[in-house]
Amino acid sequence: MGRFNLNQFLAKLRGGIVSPFALRRLGVLGMNARNVHYIARYNDRDLYPVVDDKLNTKRAARRHGIRVPELIAAFDSQPSRNRVLQVIEPLWQFVIKPARGSGGKGILVVVGREGENYLKPSGAQVTKEDVLRHVSNIHSGLYSLGGKPDRVMIEALVDFDPIFDKYSFEGVPDIRVIVFRGFPVMAMLRCSTHSSDGKANLHQGAVGVGIDLATGKSCHAVQRGLRISRHPDTEMPFDELVVPGWRDLLRLASSCYEMTGLGYLGCDIVLDRKRGPLLLEANARPGLAIQVANGVGLRTRLKHIEALDLEQLEKSVEERVAYSMEAFAAPRTMEQQASA
Amino acid sequence: MSPRAQVYILAVLLTLMGAGLTIYKNRELGFPLLPGEYRTVWTIEAKVRFTADGGPVKAALTLPRSQRNMEVLGETFSSSGFGFNIVRDDDEYRAVWSRRSASGNQSLFYQLDVHQTPGAPLEQPLELSTEVDKPFLGAREQEAVRQAIYSLVEGARDRSADTRTFTAQLLTALNDPRNQDRNLIFGYFKDRTLVDVALVVLAAAEIPAHRIRGLYLEDDRRRLDPEDLLEVYDGRRWVVFEPNTGNPGVPKNFFIWQRGGKSLLDVEGGRNSRVTFSVISNDVPARDVAMLSTSNEKEALVDFSIYSLPIEQQSIFKLILLVPVGALVVVLLRVFVGLRTSGTFMPVLLAIAFIETRLFTGLAIFVLILVLGLWVRFYLSRLNLLLVARIAAVVVTVVILMGAISVVSYKLGIEQALTVTFFPMIILAWTIERMSIVWEEDGPYEVVVQAGGSLLVAVLAWWVMTNRFVEHWTFNFPELLLVLLGIILIVGNYTGYRLGELMRFRQLVR
Repeated sequence: MGRFNLNQFLAKLRGGIVSPFALRRLGVLGMNARNVHYIARYNDRDLYPVVDDKLNTKRAARRHGIRVPELIAAFDSQPSRNRVLQVIEPLWQFVIKPARGSGGKGILVVVGREGENYLKPSGAQVTKEDVLRHVSNIHSGLYSLGGKPDRVMIEALVDFDPIFDKYSFEGVPDIRVIVFRGFPVMAMLRCSTHSSDGKANLHQGAVGVGIDLATGKSCHAVQRGLRISRHPDTEMPFDELVVPGWRDLLRLASSCYEMTGLGYLGCDIVLDRKRGPLLLEANARPGLAIQVANGVGLRTRLKHIEALDLEQLEKSVEERVAYSMEAFAAPRTMEQQASA
Repeated sequence: MSPRAQVYILAVLLTLMGAGLTIYKNRELGFPLLPGEYRTVWTIEAKVRFTADGGPVKAALTLPRSQRNMEVLGETFSSSGFGFNIVRDDDEYRAVWSRRSASGNQSLFYQLDVHQTPGAPLEQPLELSTEVDKPFLGAREQEAVRQAIYSLVEGARDRSADTRTFTAQLLTALNDPRNQDRNLIFGYFKDRTLVDVALVVLAAAEIPAHRIRGLYLEDDRRRLDPEDLLEVYDGRRWVVFEPNTGNPGVPKNFFIWQRGGKSLLDVEGGRNSRVTFSVISNDVPARDVAMLSTSNEKEALVDFSIYSLPIEQQSIFKLILLVPVGALVVVLLRVFVGLRTSGTFMPVLLAIAFIETRLFTGLAIFVLILVLGLWVRFYLSRLNLLLVARIAAVVVTVVILMGAISVVSYKLGIEQALTVTFFPMIILAWTIERMSIVWEEDGPYEVVVQAGGSLLVAVLAWWVMTNRFVEHWTFNFPELLLVLLGIILIVGNYTGYRLGELMRFRQLVR
């Protein structure tokens, strides 16, 4: 009897769990392997401050000619009420961020004004007091790792390229590119949805769209671990999605390698209507959800780069992008798959 | 050398070191590997009684020599009114009680605790005299006895090949009531014990021999007289015989008090002197026995360890030594399962609190404080306070809550809830703060996931930490921490998938 129940239990488990050998065969990168083989090996700790503090990232980006959203003000110490109000008073749209926030925490986006109040992208209103409290919270380290006192930065709101408007609900779509030793190896577009509450985090219900490195077209889309072909809110089919200026975007991502010196890097990029791709932030510990969005394992591609000889690693940004676009092209695009 | 190889070498070295020390402590120092092991400790009491004549008195009692299979854990002397010291006399130790004047009945006590250990009881070779004083049996009236003795000796010699078999044959004959020679000899040596007679006969056969005085260790025996064994020199070594059965070797539970024929008790200035023994067995935890026997020998491993601390600090360390076990549980769950918790090692602190409060009380109190704290925190967040001030306010709230829970539950008669004080307040306050941020940023679902994950890990850690084997091992064999460290190092090298990832990436396979 016990045996019978056990079999049932195992069958149930098998529905939700796959064999580790199957994952290995597909070259899926696990969290432990990422930490030991890639982050610990290729990312020197002393380089982390460049990416962990967004103000440092901005400064470095400016030196390397990488375009970033415009910085309006940054407060090193607890700013006085008046000083903050003085900065935000003339602004219609702005973003308040902690310099060392993690996982998109503590970002306040203001898209407009309603009398004395400020409007969030969701349409909710925040008062002046709320904004001041947010600044104070950021400064006292509420959103930073380990609760250390943090710096507050006020950025101009990116004038988003309308191309993604139909693929995103309320929020800001951004493109995550994993750059390994200077080579872009995988990319995805993160679209917020109604169920993700305008946030672009995949585990909160945002849609992850895998982008073909060769063309900038979408090749795979996933929400909450399930494959989808249309945006759940806007009903837009993903197979029509093409990222404009794809090569420029990859070039920007690839040049972050020189900027940060980090071997294993995640770049978050947004598209500005006029300025093109802008680097939002870089991440020394990029997550693994990109594999789910692309439906492809990351490990195979990382191994491919690791197997290159030294001479090829010395290539310029342009050459690296060209190499990646050729080497990591999606085997079949969505249209082909649909027709097959 | 690659870091990976270094990790493995280090882990193996640490593990070997820890395991080696553990085995040493178990094998050589007798620390029990399993909890709840008891050892029998025998308390032997020698009572010396005599009637003092009124003048100066001196009583000397031979003390037992160290015996290989009996470990002396402690000894006490009682000597009310008597001067006391231990003197060395040849290679015997004697306890000497002395007093300028005493009269009437006197009782003196010597008590020792011994514990049986495996091993041979006696040491060879021993510097004992192998000279033989042939008994004088030349007198006329002794003719018959002399003939009987020599007839016994001849008979035993015919039926034996060497001294051992000779002694065995002789003892058989001396124990045979139908043997005429034997009856004649015992008739002559009236009131003499079997060993006395055997010693005379052995002397006549020119075989060196002496008696061994001692006691059979049996529980609850009082007013025992010492029993004798026979020890015979076979030309190369001494062999012990049990006189009644003729079996060679020291009986298993025999405690040797004195080896050789000297007197056991000498009293000067007193009459009717007598020494009697009583034996009681106690079952004592094996660890205490090991502690006692090692503290006598000043074993460095024990002397420079937690055991040398005062008892109060030891009990604190008992808890502290469990923390690494909890940390291991956290590491295993994080690396192999991938559970999300709020604060990496917060669950370990929770688990420690649970140890003090019992699991269900602890869980109830934790959830109660968390819910009430979150509620207060939501109100505080509307007051626009600075972070440090807000957390401090939450700390104060938590303290007030703890106090309220204690008082209310005490009045209601629920004493268990008084243990609420064991919860780490600051950690609770931070947990509340972090949870409320998670609530604001990621919604209540994430709060439930993280709090549930933390609680699950805490309960698992609690479960492992309260395991009696784990408790026993961490406290009695702190060396095992090295093994634990080795395990953590190896786990830190695991690059395979987590259980959670097998679910997370399942869509990739299809």
